[in-house]
Amino acid sequence: MNTDAEFGASLHGFLQNLSRINWVLIALITALLSIGVLALYSVSGGSFTPWASQQLLRAGLGFLLLFAVALTPVRVWRELSPFIYLAACALVVAGFFFGTSAKGAQRWVDLGFVSLQPSEFLKLGVVVLLARYYSTLPRDKVSRPLWVAWPAALILAPAALVAAQPDLGTSLLIAASGAIMMFLGGVHLLYFIATALLLAGAASVAILSRGTSWQIFQDYQYSRLDTFLNPDQDPFGGGYHITQSKIAIGSGGLNGRGFLQGSQSQMNFLPEKHTDFVFTTLAEEFGLIWCLILLAFYFLIVVICAVIALRSLNRFCSLLVLGLGGTFFLYFSTNIAMVTGLIPVVGVPLPFISYGGSSLMVLMIAFGLIQSAQIYAQRR
Amino acid sequence: MYTLRSEFRMAHSKLSRRTMLLGLGQAAVLGALGARLIYLQVTESEKLSDLSDRNRLDLRPITPWRGIILDRNGSELAFNKKIYKITVTRREAGDVAAILRRLSGIVPMTESEIGERLQEIFDHREHIPVVVADEVNWEQVAAVSANAPALPGIRADVGSQRIYPFGSDFAHLVGIIGRGSREDLGDDPLLELPDFRIGKNGIEKGLDSFLRGRAGSETLEVDAHGRTLREIENIPARTGRSFRLTVDNSLQNFVMARLDGLAASAVIMDVTNGDLLAVASSPTFDPNKFVSRISQEEFDRLNQDELAPFFNRPTRGLYPPGSTFKMISALAALEAGLIDADSEFFCAGTFETSTRTFHCWKSNGHGVVRLTKSLSESCDVYYYNLAQLVGIEKISEMARRLGIGVRPVLPMPSIAAGRVPTKEWKVEQFNDPWVIGDSLNSSIGQGFVASTALQLTIMTARLATGRSVRPNLVLAIDEQNRPRSDFPDLEISDSSMELVRNGMFEAVNSAAGTAYSSRTADEAFLISGKTGTSQIRNITAQERLTGRKTNEELPRRLRDHSLFCCYGPSHEPRLAATVIVEHGGSGSQVAAPIARDLIMRAHYGRIPPLKVYPAEFRDQIRETLIRLRLRDPAGISS
Repeated sequence: MNTDAEFGASLHGFLQNLSRINWVLIALITALLSIGVLALYSVSGGSFTPWASQQLLRAGLGFLLLFAVALTPVRVWRELSPFIYLAACALVVAGFFFGTSAKGAQRWVDLGFVSLQPSEFLKLGVVVLLARYYSTLPRDKVSRPLWVAWPAALILAPAALVAAQPDLGTSLLIAASGAIMMFLGGVHLLYFIATALLLAGAASVAILSRGTSWQIFQDYQYSRLDTFLNPDQDPFGGGYHITQSKIAIGSGGLNGRGFLQGSQSQMNFLPEKHTDFVFTTLAEEFGLIWCLILLAFYFLIVVICAVIALRSLNRFCSLLVLGLGGTFFLYFSTNIAMVTGLIPVVGVPLPFISYGGSSLMVLMIAFGLIQSAQIYAQRR
Repeated sequence: MYTLRSEFRMAHSKLSRRTMLLGLGQAAVLGALGARLIYLQVTESEKLSDLSDRNRLDLRPITPWRGIILDRNGSELAFNKKIYKITVTRREAGDVAAILRRLSGIVPMTESEIGERLQEIFDHREHIPVVVADEVNWEQVAAVSANAPALPGIRADVGSQRIYPFGSDFAHLVGIIGRGSREDLGDDPLLELPDFRIGKNGIEKGLDSFLRGRAGSETLEVDAHGRTLREIENIPARTGRSFRLTVDNSLQNFVMARLDGLAASAVIMDVTNGDLLAVASSPTFDPNKFVSRISQEEFDRLNQDELAPFFNRPTRGLYPPGSTFKMISALAALEAGLIDADSEFFCAGTFETSTRTFHCWKSNGHGVVRLTKSLSESCDVYYYNLAQLVGIEKISEMARRLGIGVRPVLPMPSIAAGRVPTKEWKVEQFNDPWVIGDSLNSSIGQGFVASTALQLTIMTARLATGRSVRPNLVLAIDEQNRPRSDFPDLEISDSSMELVRNGMFEAVNSAAGTAYSSRTADEAFLISGKTGTSQIRNITAQERLTGRKTNEELPRRLRDHSLFCCYGPSHEPRLAATVIVEHGGSGSQVAAPIARDLIMRAHYGRIPPLKVYPAEFRDQIRETLIRLRLRDPAGISS
């Protein structure tokens, strides 16, 4: 009898937790994933192989992961945050020894059953750790130099590791999401202004160093910059991505050319069209209106995150959800800015839509954490 | 409690402010993205759609010509013929079946062929041009072009076909090209072209990356129907490098003709520089049949042939070297100071160890044997005695110094390394200790020892010159001669070498020598050599009593291998040759006369005049030469 009652209570608790999940967020994620599967179906010439079916399977597994993370009390994640951070760093370091490289960068670790891109996990690690840091730090210490140096080091160390892979794009994004956390944590604005000035100075030095014996970045990173500044100068080499990508997006027009009708996407003009450049296929085949709807979906997710965060009475939860939402914003906006030629090509996937296992898993975990914060935090 | 709450409130309101700021920033970025999309998809849309649609840029790879392969005198061994072919692109064709039927009015195709082509077309993605007819003539190309409006998606393309003008003579050495399999696909963008061919074996594979060349590209403006409006840019393809090999085409032809009907390999080398003048494998096949479509029946017939015509014997076929290995055992003993020219052993036809009896090939024995006689008459018992004195390690070390058991470096795939055993090797391989019988067997090139014809040629060249001769197959790249370097000294004493050379000379030129019937009669070109008959079965005691079976009485797979390696002229060596006839029988009767004919043909540069053969063999040799199916039979004197 007694155990039945306990069971009844725990079942009741479970159902209550389930009912607290933000189902609008789940619906938006499902919508984005569906759009992704459609796009992958289209880029393989109207076929579920090799990408769309695989992505569907991963989405299913991803949802299991999301719910598992969501239904674990958020304080567990809070306690685990240093370990998550350290494990992610360790994975990146392992990548140097056991990793396989793709296009000149050591980015993959093969764990036997799955290949991981360890830098993906760092995005989470940094946000989770800093959310905890700023949830415990007394307010009067937040802007003192020592208490600023600490989180800065915690951000820059993994960013430097990733930069050494070398994967400059991801490294910059990790640093940027770290900066967002510091900003939300309340660090004085002067620090941000000073850093921006310093970076501008460093950038000019880096550009000046090109071709000298103390050249700071790899040649390919400079040539990506060249390509960005003048894509037409080398339309078959580096500029090819951008030129073809812009043609694809532009030819989509207002209403698109129709599903499976995009000649750019269908005719192999676009490299990486199933991963980083998948947005171009959508733009070409569905047109501006759907592009804007897609942007709206993305932004709605960020807004919902902000609402969850600001309604929460738990500072860790607020910071965690805002940080993850901000990072999410960084990713999709960087990707779209990249494929539309606003910024150089940095190799960032489009969340929920690009083909890629590690990226999707990390996203699902991130939204699991957001849901967990939503379920377990006190609210006003 | 109150202060804590207010502390929280203040922190929370700061967080709200910061969130607002962040939100504003994000909204600005979003606005920029939206504006950019509107700019591209509305303002610039027409221009970009133009680029995409009405004047679509079509970047087409241009297949490079494959590098040609020449023999040492400049005859083409592999070149490319320009052919016209017709391709269909499904995407542009619409109703492919109807288009193909219309096309069959110009290029005849049966209904079943159309079915096959359709299958192939639908196996590829719709924008990939698929070849539906190759080797079409110029009139057909013209007709296709004239009817272009009625044949959407059909294009006439220029392609190339690899031609091997000397066909089967070089099938193994030069190799063939074929479609790349999944594993072959590397980074080269050329490999994505559906009709691109890569080297599959021989030189074609060994030097494939150089022969391939580099793809070019042409950028065309094409309209929505795939019709070319104009060419925007053309980066020409770079032809692959051409290679001039060291082999001599007419010599190779002679060698192949001489080996006709046998399962055999032969190698001829210029010992002064390591140039391989002929590398022959028999039986062979016509590589040209693989370039166009080979019929399944023909492929099966070749593939299932008992004599394995696809097998490249001279570089991959491993055989026990038999008595041709005896020079190595002799040198090992001489260099170790264990014997000299006058050391004597008595051969009664058998040799007893504690466990079993070993036999000499000559069952009633050679009597008293010294080094020279041991080689010229090939006494086995002499070497059983040596093996006991020297031990396997020194013999193996000497074998490696002479190139046996060491993989030769040549630009060809899967060259065999052969084997010379050591005690550790046997333990590791069979978990069985080395026994004295193993040393005895090894000393006469039986047991675990295995070598290719190429390696025996290298050994012979090293014996002839005293230098560490290495084989060479490439004379020039793009008509630039490759630099040559001198071979290092073998560091074997001259006196030992002279003794062994003398034994090889006597083997051919003394009346009791095993290869006496394969001598020459030209004082300026006497040859030295060594026969080998390698057994591949044990002869039982019972059989020894009742009389050994002759090779003819045995099934082919149990017959002895017949080997002969030689060099000439003896006084100033220039050429080395090896012949191995698989299951051919005795070395002196089968391999030696062939090798003699080959080295003489190489020396004289044409069919040798009959007067350079000993008088008693001339008629027989003339018969042999006349029956050879040579490409250019001129020069056989009557």
